[in-house]
Amino acid sequence: MIGVSNDPAPRARRAGVALGALLAGFALVGPWLTPAVPSDQSGEFVYAPPMRPHFVDAAGSLRWPLVYPLTLENRLELRYVEDRSRPMPLRLFENGALLSVDAAHESPWFPLGADALGRDELARLAWGTRLSLGVALGAALGALIIGALVGGLAGSAGGLVDDGLMRVADIVMALPAVYLVLALRASMPLVLSTAEVFWTMVLVLAAVGWPLPARGVRAVVAAERAREYAEAARALGASRTRILLRHLLPAARGFLVVQTTLLVPAFVLAEATLSYVGLGFSEPIPSWGAMLREAGRGRAVVEAPWLLAPAIAIAVTALAVNLALGAESVPRLTLRSRRTT
Amino acid sequence: MHRGLLTYLLRRLLLAALLVFVVSSAALMLVEAAPGDSVGGVDVDPAVAAAERHRLGLDRPFLVRYREWLGRAVRLDLGQSVKYGRPVNQLVAERAGKTALLGATALLLATLLGVPLGIITGSRRNMATSLARALSLIFVSIPPLVTSFLLLLLAARTGWFPVGGFPAMAGVSDSTSVWTTIRYLTLPSIALALPIAATLEQLQSRAMRDALAEPSVRAALARGCSVRRVVWRHALRLSLQPVLAIYGVIVGSVLSGSFAVEIVTSWPGLGALMYEGLVARDLYLVAGCAAAGSIFLAAGILLSDVALALADPRVGELA
Repeated sequence: MIGVSNDPAPRARRAGVALGALLAGFALVGPWLTPAVPSDQSGEFVYAPPMRPHFVDAAGSLRWPLVYPLTLENRLELRYVEDRSRPMPLRLFENGALLSVDAAHESPWFPLGADALGRDELARLAWGTRLSLGVALGAALGALIIGALVGGLAGSAGGLVDDGLMRVADIVMALPAVYLVLALRASMPLVLSTAEVFWTMVLVLAAVGWPLPARGVRAVVAAERAREYAEAARALGASRTRILLRHLLPAARGFLVVQTTLLVPAFVLAEATLSYVGLGFSEPIPSWGAMLREAGRGRAVVEAPWLLAPAIAIAVTALAVNLALGAESVPRLTLRSRRTT
Repeated sequence: MHRGLLTYLLRRLLLAALLVFVVSSAALMLVEAAPGDSVGGVDVDPAVAAAERHRLGLDRPFLVRYREWLGRAVRLDLGQSVKYGRPVNQLVAERAGKTALLGATALLLATLLGVPLGIITGSRRNMATSLARALSLIFVSIPPLVTSFLLLLLAARTGWFPVGGFPAMAGVSDSTSVWTTIRYLTLPSIALALPIAATLEQLQSRAMRDALAEPSVRAALARGCSVRRVVWRHALRLSLQPVLAIYGVIVGSVLSGSFAVEIVTSWPGLGALMYEGLVARDLYLVAGCAAAGSIFLAAGILLSDVALALADPRVGELA
């Protein structure tokens, strides 16, 4: 049976939006989920595994969720066991967090395990989500502004300006993005403060990402320019800049939203790659890439697979966008633009 | 081959050469503009550094050195790496081969997996194809940086393939080394291939669905051709064009992806070399890597253009 169907989108789209909302929610309230502080180290809990909540206690009866403290069974192999004799019931809205265990218990709660320095992985992931998504969103916004201006200029000016700008966009787009980002980042001082790293990354990523929105905006603007309302504005004596900013760019609004969203996973990945190779956020700042760098040291990933949580987060970000935008996420735009080069 | 196609290809060739020139020059200038250089440093005596700079000729104006570099580069002499103290040519040749091997293997794997799967998912609807499409949506979202980590974990747990660095094996070229290469190649090439395979699957699937809606294909069905024949003969030919066109773009993403994969799985490729060069501010090494990388890129785009022009005679006239 030959099925000629359109994308069975609605359900996937809703799932994508839900996933995205979940990520955004985690970025917003993540630091208050548990009382752990991302920089707190505890030497007794190096590579402690995730402590899952239990709903059934040792006696087999149903209970309010509780966790069992970990005790180090083998220091050499860093093997931990749950101590079933000392249940720690989870507290709701106490100790300044959504879920926590009482400080009276000598063992902290690591919902996602701990890293090489015994730091809470969930707390680090929560802060990392803010940083990584923050960089990506900031850069997407930057790329969008540059792209809208360049594309708007090219589309409304036409002729040589149009040709020149779009050729540059083509070249930038054809280059492997990671290398471009790498080269741009490496051309700045290697050691920067955290805030400097943040803004450097935003700028570098925006400088690499603008061609995609620029192309689209140019196409929309060039098409809209010939429409009656733009003609009318021109006849009323509106300047070219005014027509561009007040009439043409707003026409590209829907397109711009899609483009911004599309850029986010790519930028998240770029941040992760840069931090992973040591050109981005560095210890002890927990961005997704910096956390992955920790996971990539030696056999860390084998000993403590939960350190891959940021990797999963990167994939989830991309999945959310791909699901939500469906067909638009497959590079059809790039395909069309390549033909005109 | 007719005249229009030939001039079209010639023009593309010129553009490719321009790309290589622009990219390697830009890399040179970027590193030159960066603060610090390959000899200076916190713990280096300024007088020693100045003498070293003079010996390497780094104290002359940039434009003079750039002109010299260009003059030598057209004769395929890319200068000397300060970091390694060896000609950039040798270094790049060693590493570029490894990246080409990784990229080509990944591209082949991705094509063999993604395109046939896309043909099937684009022409049929049942439980299996729905599952395949869901899987491909997931895999398209998992970048090589993440897949290589997951595979690394899998490899370490199962012991199916070696984890970590490719052993230094320059100069070894017997049958065991081929086997070793394949064993070490497995993990990085799968990590690199999976997202590309998923992208190809999605593109091919959609192109197939579009092709099946074409009047010519409908007509073939109406004439009573079997579904299988229509899919694999008529619609496939139509659907290949958009997929072929994307290959030029994919080469870029293979190069991008291979950087992450090379670093995570310690595959000694061009990406790792360029990274080392960038951090050490090794001017000519970075430019050499950029030149090699852009040659790959240009070759990929060119091949995709040729394939496209052969598959669709209209392309040559259009451009």
